[in-house]
Amino acid sequence: MSTGASGARTPAVLVLEDGRTFRGDAYGRVGETVGEAVFSTGMTGYQETLTDPSYHRQVVVMTAPHVGNTGYNDEDDESSRIWVAGYVVRDPARVPSNWRSRRTLADELDAQGVVGISGVDTRALTRHLRERGAMKVGVFSGEAAARPLEQLLDAVRGAPDMVGTDLASLVSTPEAYTVPARGERRFTVAAVDLGIKSMTPQRLAERGVEVTVLPSTATLEQVLTAGPGGSAPDGVFFSNGPGDPAAATHEIEVLRGVLERKVPFFGICYGNQLLGRALGFGTYKLKYGHRGINQPVMDLATRKVEVTAHNHGFAVEGRAGEVRQTPYGRAEVSHVCLNDDVVEGLRCLDAPAFSVQYHPEAAAGPHDASYLFDRFLALMEGVPAAQLVDDTGAADTTEADTTENPAADGATAKDA
Amino acid sequence: MPRRTDISSVLVIGSGPIVIGQAAEFDYSGTQACRVLKAEGLRVVLVNSNPATIMTDPEMADATYVEPITPATVEAIIAREKPDAVLATLGGQTALNTAIALYESGALERHGVELIGADVDAIKLGEDRLLFKGVVERCGAESARSHLCHSMDEVLAAAGDLGYPVVVRPSFTMGGLGSGFAHTEEELRRIAGQGLHHSPVTEVLLEESILGWKEYELELMRDRADNVVVVCSIENFDPMGVHTGDSITVAPAMTLTDREYQRMRDIGIAVIREVGVDTGGCNIQFAVNPADGRIIVIEMNPRVSRSSALASKATGFPIAKIAARLAVGYTLDEIPNDITRETPASFEPTLDYVVVKVPRFAFEKFPAADPTLTTTMKSVGEAMALGRNFTEALQKALRSTEKRGAPFTWAGDPGDLDDLLERARQPTDERIGLVMRAVRAGATPEQLFESTRIDPWFLDQLFLLDEVAREVRDAEQLTPELLRHAKRHGFSDAQLGELRHLPEDVVRGVRHALGVRPVYKTVDTCAAEFAARTPYHYSSYDEEDETRPRERPAVVILGSGPNRIGQGVEFDYSCVHASFALRDAGFETVMVNCNPETVSTDYDTSDRLYFEPLTLEDVLEVVHAETRCGPVHGVIVQLGGQTPLGLAAGLQAAGVPIIGTQPEAIDLAEERGAFGRVLDRAGLPSPQHGTAVSVEEATAIAAGIGYPVLVRPSYVLGGRGMQIVYDEASLRDYMATATEVSPDRPVLVDRFLDDAVEIDVDALFDGEEMYLGGIMEHIEEAGIHSGDSACVIPPATLGRAELERVRRSTEAIARGVGVRGLLNVQFALAADTLYVLEANPRASRTVPFVSKATGVALAKAAARVMAGSSIADLRAEGLLPARGDGGVLPLEAPTSVKEAVLPFARFRTAEGEVVDSLLGPEMRSTGEVMGIDVDFPTAFGKAQAAAYGGLPTTGTAFISVADRDKRAMVFPVKGLADLGFRLLATQGTADVLRRNGIESTVVRKHSAGPGESGEPTIVAQIAAGEVSIVVNTPSGNQARADGYEIRAASTAVGAPIITTVQELAAAVQAIEALRAGHGTSVAPLQEHAAVLAAAWDGFRA
Ligand SMILES: Nc1ncnc2c1ncn2[C@@H]1O[C@H](COP(=O)(O)OP(=O)(O)O)[C@@H](O)[C@H]1O
Ligand SMILES: Nc1ncnc2c1ncn2[C@@H]1O[C@H](COP(=O)(O)OP(=O)(O)O)[C@@H](O)[C@H]1O
Ligand SMILES: [Mg+2]
Ligand SMILES: [Mg+2]
Repeated sequence: MSTGASGARTPAVLVLEDGRTFRGDAYGRVGETVGEAVFSTGMTGYQETLTDPSYHRQVVVMTAPHVGNTGYNDEDDESSRIWVAGYVVRDPARVPSNWRSRRTLADELDAQGVVGISGVDTRALTRHLRERGAMKVGVFSGEAAARPLEQLLDAVRGAPDMVGTDLASLVSTPEAYTVPARGERRFTVAAVDLGIKSMTPQRLAERGVEVTVLPSTATLEQVLTAGPGGSAPDGVFFSNGPGDPAAATHEIEVLRGVLERKVPFFGICYGNQLLGRALGFGTYKLKYGHRGINQPVMDLATRKVEVTAHNHGFAVEGRAGEVRQTPYGRAEVSHVCLNDDVVEGLRCLDAPAFSVQYHPEAAAGPHDASYLFDRFLALMEGVPAAQLVDDTGAADTTEADTTENPAADGATAKDA
Repeated sequence: MPRRTDISSVLVIGSGPIVIGQAAEFDYSGTQACRVLKAEGLRVVLVNSNPATIMTDPEMADATYVEPITPATVEAIIAREKPDAVLATLGGQTALNTAIALYESGALERHGVELIGADVDAIKLGEDRLLFKGVVERCGAESARSHLCHSMDEVLAAAGDLGYPVVVRPSFTMGGLGSGFAHTEEELRRIAGQGLHHSPVTEVLLEESILGWKEYELELMRDRADNVVVVCSIENFDPMGVHTGDSITVAPAMTLTDREYQRMRDIGIAVIREVGVDTGGCNIQFAVNPADGRIIVIEMNPRVSRSSALASKATGFPIAKIAARLAVGYTLDEIPNDITRETPASFEPTLDYVVVKVPRFAFEKFPAADPTLTTTMKSVGEAMALGRNFTEALQKALRSTEKRGAPFTWAGDPGDLDDLLERARQPTDERIGLVMRAVRAGATPEQLFESTRIDPWFLDQLFLLDEVAREVRDAEQLTPELLRHAKRHGFSDAQLGELRHLPEDVVRGVRHALGVRPVYKTVDTCAAEFAARTPYHYSSYDEEDETRPRERPAVVILGSGPNRIGQGVEFDYSCVHASFALRDAGFETVMVNCNPETVSTDYDTSDRLYFEPLTLEDVLEVVHAETRCGPVHGVIVQLGGQTPLGLAAGLQAAGVPIIGTQPEAIDLAEERGAFGRVLDRAGLPSPQHGTAVSVEEATAIAAGIGYPVLVRPSYVLGGRGMQIVYDEASLRDYMATATEVSPDRPVLVDRFLDDAVEIDVDALFDGEEMYLGGIMEHIEEAGIHSGDSACVIPPATLGRAELERVRRSTEAIARGVGVRGLLNVQFALAADTLYVLEANPRASRTVPFVSKATGVALAKAAARVMAGSSIADLRAEGLLPARGDGGVLPLEAPTSVKEAVLPFARFRTAEGEVVDSLLGPEMRSTGEVMGIDVDFPTAFGKAQAAAYGGLPTTGTAFISVADRDKRAMVFPVKGLADLGFRLLATQGTADVLRRNGIESTVVRKHSAGPGESGEPTIVAQIAAGEVSIVVNTPSGNQARADGYEIRAASTAVGAPIITTVQELAAAVQAIEALRAGHGTSVAPLQEHAAVLAAAWDGFRA
């Protein structure tokens, strides 16, 4: 391993699009990689972060200095693989310590071919990205690190752009699959996988919902017949995912069809941006995005603050409490981030549809927002969206109880 | 929700004297609360008996009562001030218990005041261990199996069920007082016995032991809209079994997966809701089984705690400040985050650095005490450090404790592995050092985990440090890469020097030549996601520096480091005042300190805060960084106690400008020979003395001077290692055991002055004029450390002529030494000679007391003098009185008494015996209280009430005094008899009393054992609570066995114990006053100040 105190260190260099470079040691796979530089401020949950498909093509900078302390286990993956394009940390663990750990993070990164760099002044890098905004970056280690800077810079600048690219299709499941309801089945939901995290269907399954996960290419037809034996599902769900919502023309079309038919709809993250666009809201790229698990969001209906997990570089245009006329009736901005007033949730007042920009499924992150899944169930029970208000912002420990049960998660992790 | 409009005045209850388990952190939280509430336009009334606090500064509240925190007194204050609400959650257990007492006595209802912050039911649910277990269960979480017991029989039965070892924990005590592990029935009887005694509700909980599990803490806040945030997670380096206050702790948690952490968070939130802490902060402790992640909830504190102060400093999230806002009705989302300004407080701080807290112990002062760490907190202070990784933070924290041997060393032979592994099983204050030695001796991580249960990740970090050390030691030469690498893991220049066999300053020279210097990062609560406005910095050997340029000249104030006996919050008080005064005077103030408990390390006390160790290396780097930012006017070293004073020479040598008294002058006062010459020139007598660098020299000098002599190492604070020696044998013994003596560590031998009145003086000198801050007359004679003896302002028995001599002598010393700023002189008046005991060219422990007693902010004035103002200027400006000074106070001036608070009840010997409570020249008190009233007896009575609940006014007194005290005893004891006390006495004492016409009952000595018809010994009687006050003065060097038993029994049952005859006399006066109904009236400092001010005006000195 390249990060011991003693023993040879393999040199590595991180090169930003604007020419700023940081030197460090190779971490994970030795080689080179390019992507969009983003920073994540979570102090726990690196395994969930790494396996979150929304990070596809992004080089993630961890602001927490120590990464890998709890090793890598068989339960906490949020999808079938690590998606980040590269990984930037300051002090990687040499020895993992946790009863569930199976191997070191460094070995897992290497095994999955993820090029990383350690020993970097991640705070300086984060401040740079905060001031200059998200930008392209490359990580080069071993021989690659020795190449002249100009070459490396060209490689970085040559990397594909985030704006205008539809990445969902690249991370989505090729085949539809079903996550069975836990206990008695109360509803069935068609979940369009734009980069879904395995915790999401599981949160629904816990509530007696059978979830059929469909590829992002699914047609309206396929969505509306995803119920058991080709029947219509009780609800439709759009997941989180990477890329620019403006590029997701197909998915938006499908969503419009769902709204027209007044099938109960719930969207998360990318799904929230797509609902926004379907309703006629604009979307835009944030300067440096929200990526962390400590973001204060206010539910404008209850005026309650929930601490939430975020991972989004794009956002929906709008103002707190704003109500718009849309082809599907009135729609309001239902949630905002208290740090910067960014739109964090939308709700139709005349159609059974709502969505949030953040992650009620958490993993990683606080469980404050899990009540939103209950709201989705209420919607499917027929409660009009306009009346979807309860004050259960409370973290509900039963949530945690199930996640505490690795066996159960192991199962769903494999389903995914 | 906006602020409540139905509250216009609030009574804030402070935490009283600094004691183990309840220290300066409550001055920090209380001060924040007062400031916030005032800013909210509320009338703030404060009660706190501790004068050495910022919160009791007159400007912090509208009415500041330095009065005993007893239900009776607090009710008197409520009656006088009629506040709308009482805020008791920021004053520790003391405030909380007082509030509950007031509630239960119906006082709150009677006066129509509301308890805000947390209601009584919530407090009870949180504090009552059994009720709390119910809460935990209702939250779907687990707590350790246990039984609640109210009697020894119940205790034994419970142990039968749980099996040994069991944990004993009293309800409603703080810092784990009276709790511990019992491995055998005998231990159980002892610990549970004490526990039942210490618990105000005679209730102990017996609990299944989960020793060795991982321990965590969460700091939570909740507002009345039910928004909850987790401010900080803290992981203990030491596993379960060591009190968190005594553990090395780390923030954020290092070894939890998100699932485990979120589970803990969910439980925490469920618990705070279930307990019903409706607004404010609370602290919840967890244990996690490393084998399967099983989580057990240990306890909660439904109030701001030691850990919340730590969490505030660790994250930049000011818990107490926000708790105060929440208490008056705001919600978290309505309160801005001071540091980012843009973002609200309704978020969870995220850290991009690691914080390590290391406790500071004082076992060297209680040689008899058992240094094993258990569930009872024993540390007296703590140091905190921040770094960009754990190793950097840990090593900085270890050197911040300023304890010799605390930083890791690779010198010498580590010792035998098996022996080290065996010793490391037992948690002590030195365990981490042992573990590192074991690493050096070739231990495997498995072996170390097996013996210590310290998490393997932490252990690996120690292995990492050892690898780096070896690299440094074995390298051909110190390359920049290697240096930087070592620095990134927190190695000091001193450590590197040791490894490379180079002097520290050479290493520093090389390092600077190679351009290897730290950068300063910012604590911003958000891992750089938003811009930080608050310059709260810590050093790190990383790439980017974040300090900002400035125009105004800076003054760097060096703080006092971790609290310890002899150097406590009093020094922080002076540093904070200097910061305030110099900011007002147009300077940019820069604070350097590493004590998380204090006001000085609050990010908005000074213009800039550097949370750094107070070592020469770390301070030089800060000064260098600030010099890059703008002009540096100078560094202040005389306010933080001995710590910064010790750095003065080194700083000057490095070309750093010191303002105020110069290092040469400091040396004149500190170095015995030089000081002797200063005294000779001024014609001032000092006790005959000599300086010895060998045992032979010492005995020779002592023979010359004549016994008894007082011996001590030079350059000490708090009388460290100081002893009265009565003959050559004990002198040799002292030299052999108590101190190491060498040419550069000489030992001082003084003639011991018997029957001397000790006088303490704090003065201000600008080179021309002297301002005499105050003259304190000690109650105890010289021989009892000034820090441990009670004293009074104005002096109660000194005549004008004596006061004049004191004034003249003090001024002569100030001139002779060349003081610019503060000077503290201790005199002993014996046989009409005024001896000079010592002079400290710095702020003393008594500055805050004097400032409050005389209504003059001495430290502020001192800072201005150091910065160049003259006393005349300050008199003109009004910072000092226009005329006169504290040397001769007008008769109308109130009398103020300072009393010391001692920690004897905390400690036990290895056999579980109480440690002896005798006072001596070595300081042992942890804190102090102040009593103010019209005359000495009443003020003294108040001070006693504030210190330990107060003197009895009736009952049985037991008297047993040494021969030298027999004469002096007669009069006061007669007083006790006349007051109707029943007297018990030992034979010798009883005889003298009878001859003087005072009847007393002779008691059986402990050594005699119970009589044939079972007459109890005095010890038994005391233990049985039959004696309401114990008077026992130790006799010279003769066997103290009986005396010890007596004092131990008194300490154990908490009976007032008087060990000097002077104190007895004062106590009798006080009891008389109390019996006459004095001391029940209360008045705020602001009122006393007004009286003084009026007096000053019509007053000619
Ligand atoms: N059941 C137990 N087994 C082993 N150690 C324990 C147990 N309960 C508490 N402790 C240890 O004792 C310390 C003090 O206990 P705590 O309940 O926090 O008392 P306090 O109110 O004094 O903080 C804890 O920090 C923990 O290390
Ligand atoms: N020559 C002496 N005779 C009697 N008592 C002394 C003498 N010198 C010191 N003491 C006592 O010892 C205490 C501590 O001594 P001091 O010189 O003040 O040390 P420190 O620097 O620790 O304050 C003093 O407060 C005084 O009570
Ligand atoms: Mg505790
Ligand atoms: Mg002294």
